[in-house]
Parts: sequence; structure tokens; C-alpha cells
Amino acid sequence: MKLAQRYLPVLIIAAIWLVLPLFFSSGYHFRVATLVWTAALAVIGLNLLMGFAGQVSLGHAGFGGLGAYAVAVLPTHFGVPPLLAFAIGVVAAGLIAFVIGRPILKLKGHYLAVATLGMGILAYMVFLNEARLTGGPDGMAVPRLELFGTRIRAIETWYWIAGAAMVLGALLAVNLVNSPTGRALRAIHDSEVAAKVVGVDVARAKLVVFVISAIYAAIAGALLAWLSAFVNPDIAGFLHSIELVTMVVLGGMGSIVGSVVGAAVLTLLPQLLTAFADYKHLVIGLILMTVMIFMRDGIVPTLLKLIRRRGS
Amino acid sequence: MAEFVQFAFAGLTIGAVYALVALGFTIIYNASDVVNFSQGEFVMLGGMTTVFLGLWGLPLPVAALGAIVVTVVVGLLLHRLAIEPARGASAVTLIIITIGASIFLRGLAQVVYDKQFHRLPSFSGDDPIRLLGASILPQSLWVLGGAVVIVTGLWAFMNRTLIGKALVATAANRLAAKLVGIDTSIIMALSFGLSAAIGAIAGLLITPITLTSYDAGTMLALKGFAAAMLGGMGNPIGAVVGGIVVGLLEAFSAGYISSSYKDAVAFIVILAVLFVAPNGLFGRAKVERV
Repeated sequence: MKLAQRYLPVLIIAAIWLVLPLFFSSGYHFRVATLVWTAALAVIGLNLLMGFAGQVSLGHAGFGGLGAYAVAVLPTHFGVPPLLAFAIGVVAAGLIAFVIGRPILKLKGHYLAVATLGMGILAYMVFLNEARLTGGPDGMAVPRLELFGTRIRAIETWYWIAGAAMVLGALLAVNLVNSPTGRALRAIHDSEVAAKVVGVDVARAKLVVFVISAIYAAIAGALLAWLSAFVNPDIAGFLHSIELVTMVVLGGMGSIVGSVVGAAVLTLLPQLLTAFADYKHLVIGLILMTVMIFMRDGIVPTLLKLIRRRGS
Repeated sequence: MAEFVQFAFAGLTIGAVYALVALGFTIIYNASDVVNFSQGEFVMLGGMTTVFLGLWGLPLPVAALGAIVVTVVVGLLLHRLAIEPARGASAVTLIIITIGASIFLRGLAQVVYDKQFHRLPSFSGDDPIRLLGASILPQSLWVLGGAVVIVTGLWAFMNRTLIGKALVATAANRLAAKLVGIDTSIIMALSFGLSAAIGAIAGLLITPITLTSYDAGTMLALKGFAAAMLGGMGNPIGAVVGGIVVGLLEAFSAGYISSSYKDAVAFIVILAVLFVAPNGLFGRAKVERV
């Protein structure tokens, strides 16, 4: 693949991130867009696991919760500086993924789904029940991040930070996909047995991408906690995990731009539908079903296929 | 001893509901390979529809029957309008469609019914039955009895009737079933209707004990799915055993350890089992053909 083509998705995302604020007229716009970038970061990571390695995780919000509670609990109760807390949270998520990854990733299909689901529930239960540290179901305030002596609170600043994190995440994801590990992952996705036969260390390749996706989720979780200045156990909950998986599939498995589109659609829909409060779930469910029935490969891959067919 | 019996009955009661949800997962999965995440909404619809038909003036038995009919219709429509058009899509796409359906049904219940908690009167009074020093709600016996009737009825249906045997054949090998003249798409529709009916019955039996609301289905689907996986996906006996085990684990850990971590204990055991037996307790290892 040509270099330009390879990095095209990253360029598209970066361009949107840089140009979009020109059309914003209120802090609300910045807030919603920032939520999209944060979700997109986690979704890009999960898409590496689902779209490239073909492994599903129904507990990824657990890693997000770890990142979020690290920047909330460590500075509040132990006086750890926010940035160090962030690093600790992200490293912890990676380490946990590394330790549980081997036994869990041996499981296949729906069994893998239920095992990751269980892990996510365990994380959620800890955040919910260790109320002395986490504030329990009511959640807790997150101390503001301080960079170079200034406290970061303006949503515009968070827009640039979250967007930069997402673009960087996309760039690293593209590089990973085109690395030897990435090729190994695609081989595993197509046929695990065939990959094994040609000498791919299947267990190692899966583990690598699992750890990476956990780190993405933890960073996204920490960003979300900082910009909302508040965190509660729902961030690690089952519904949030399902939401991430849905974003991946809706946007398109294995598509970086698709990850951002999926995150954008599922973040924007509830915002657009707040006026119809009672009908919100009804409409979201209906849209989700319709899109998946008629664009079964996800939004971006289906559209690309259509454009290519037009072109030829 | 009294304490033990008390916890055991609580566990069996909720376990029976998980078993019925897991059975619903299994029936649809066997007939169509779809993991139906709106299974919990069938349970919710069973409970909520009975409540509201009752509020609109129908006597309880009629309301219960009406709720089962309504839920079956919803199950058949789900198959016809959402699953059938997506035939041939990947497993994960189908799962997302059923998740969409589950959000949709929750939204529908919120609009047609309401967002409050509701309960049904117990079917035969609230006077506890004394047994070995423990007091047992009569409704628990309704739940357990209902589960036993459904499981035996299902067993007889699968082994004694032609349609039931067609269902089993479709589960075993869809292509072979087609070749011997079984209309597998009718069988798939049947499996959705059957799962919906089982879910609805579970819902109206348990509502007098646990209450219900438009979003009561999520947690039940989660536990039912875990129970089905614990038993071994696709194995009906495994689903029932898995459900009972999860229910008992929950009740005993809530009673003897801590109620705030009861959900965690069930999942820790499931993880431990899967690490030892990666295909569940009763699942057969799938041989992948290359």
C-alpha cells in the first residue's frame, strides 16, 4: 500500500478535528465534540482487538473505569499528582490486561465474550462497593489537571487535548496494523489454524493487541473523567462496554475512520434526541437495527464499497 | 440449618428464572446461531404486560395469558422484521441487531407503559410456608413449579412431537435438516416465539417477588447469558443447570459473604470454570475444520 493511502484515514480525522471548531458557536458544541473524540479513542483501541484480531470484549469499559478512577482516587486520597496518577492508571490497565489476557484469550467466540463480560462486571463491582475510596454509586469529583502551573478547565482546551490523543491513537493504530504484528493479527482473523501453521505466535499477537486496546480504553477513561470533573461506576458498567462494542460494529470493524464515525453517531444521537426524551430509546434502537440490517459491514465500509462501485 | 434452607430456596427461585432465560438463549441459538440479547426484554414484557392488562381491568389469569400472547407476537415480529432480513450477516452484526432490539423494546415499554416500578399480587397469598425453620414465600413455589413444568414440557415437545424433532434436527445440522424437507425458516420463527413465551412466563411468575420495570431485562439477560455459557452454549440441560448454579451462588454468597459482591461471586466462579473447561460444563469442544 502506498504511504499516502495508508495514512489517509489519519489525515481525514486530523483535518476534521482541526477544521470543525470553525463551525462551533458555543461551549456545548465543543463539549459534545470532545465527548466524541474521547469515545473514538477507546473505540479505535477496541476496533484493533475486534476488527483486526477478531476477538470480542464485552468488558472494555472496565479498563476505562480504571483510567478514570486512577485520576480521581489517587490525587484525592493519596495526594498523587494528577499526571502521575494518569500514568499509574494507564500502566495498571496494561498490566492487568497482560496478566488476565493469556488465560482469557484462549477462550473462543461467545465464551470469550462472557469471560470479558465477567471481568468488566468485577471492575464495576469494585468501583461500586469500595465506597470509602470511590464514593460508591454516587461517584466522586475528579481534581482538575494542572499543566505547567495552570489548571485546565476550559472545554476548548480539552477539545484540543482529547482530539490530539485520538489522532495520535489513530496514527499508532495504523502503524500497528502495518507492522509484522498487524499482519499476524489479520492472519489470525482469517484463520487461526492457518496462522499457527505458518508460524505466527497466535497467543502473543492476541495478547499484544489486548494490552494495547486496554491502554487506549484507560487513556480515554481518564480523559473523560477529567473533562467531566466527575466519575461514577457507570463508566465501567456493562452498558458502557456494550456501547463501545456497538460503536465499533456500527462504524465498521477494522476501519479507523469507522471507529470515529461509530463513536460520533452513538454520542450525537442521544444529544439530538434530548427533545424527545420519552422516545429516545425507541428511536436509538430503531436506528441501530435499521443501520445494521442494511449496512451489515458497518457504515464506513458499506459506503466505501458503494463509492468504489460507482467509480468503476 | 434454617438459614441454609432459606438461602437455598432464595437461590433456587432466582436460579429458576435465570435457567428459563438461559433456555430462551439456547433455543434461539440452536435454531439460528443468533445470541439474542433481547431475551431479557421478553421477561420484562411478560411482567409489565400482565401488570398493565391487570390495571386495565382484566383478571390476573387472563392478563397473564394476554401477556404471553403479546410477548410471543413481539418475538415473532423481531424474527420477521429484524433477524430474517439480516440473514447471512456476521454473528457480531446479528448480536448488535438484537442489542438494538433490546434498546427499542425498552423504549417501547417506557412509552406504552411507564417508567415506574410495578408489582403483581402473589398468586396464592403472602403467608410464608414454614419448612425446617425457614419461611418460604408461596410465590417461590409457583416459580419453581412453573420452571419444572416448562422444562418437562419442552423436553416432551422436543422428543415426542414432529415439530419438536424438526427443531432438534435444525439445531444439529441446518443443511441436513433442509435436505430432509424441514422448512428451517419456520423453525427459526418458532424458536423466537417459543423463547418469547418462556421469557414471558418467567417474567410474570417472578414479578410478585422482584417487581418489574421497563429496564428490568438487562440484568436478567446478562445473568441468563452467563448461565447459558456456564452450562455450555447450545445445551438445554446445561442452560438449566447453569441457571440454578448461578442463582444458588448468588444467594449463598449474598447470605454468607456479602450482598454487595453477590454478582461478582457468580462471575468469578464462571471465569474459574471457563479456565478449566473452556466450553462450559456440558459443552462439547468444537472441532474446527480447516
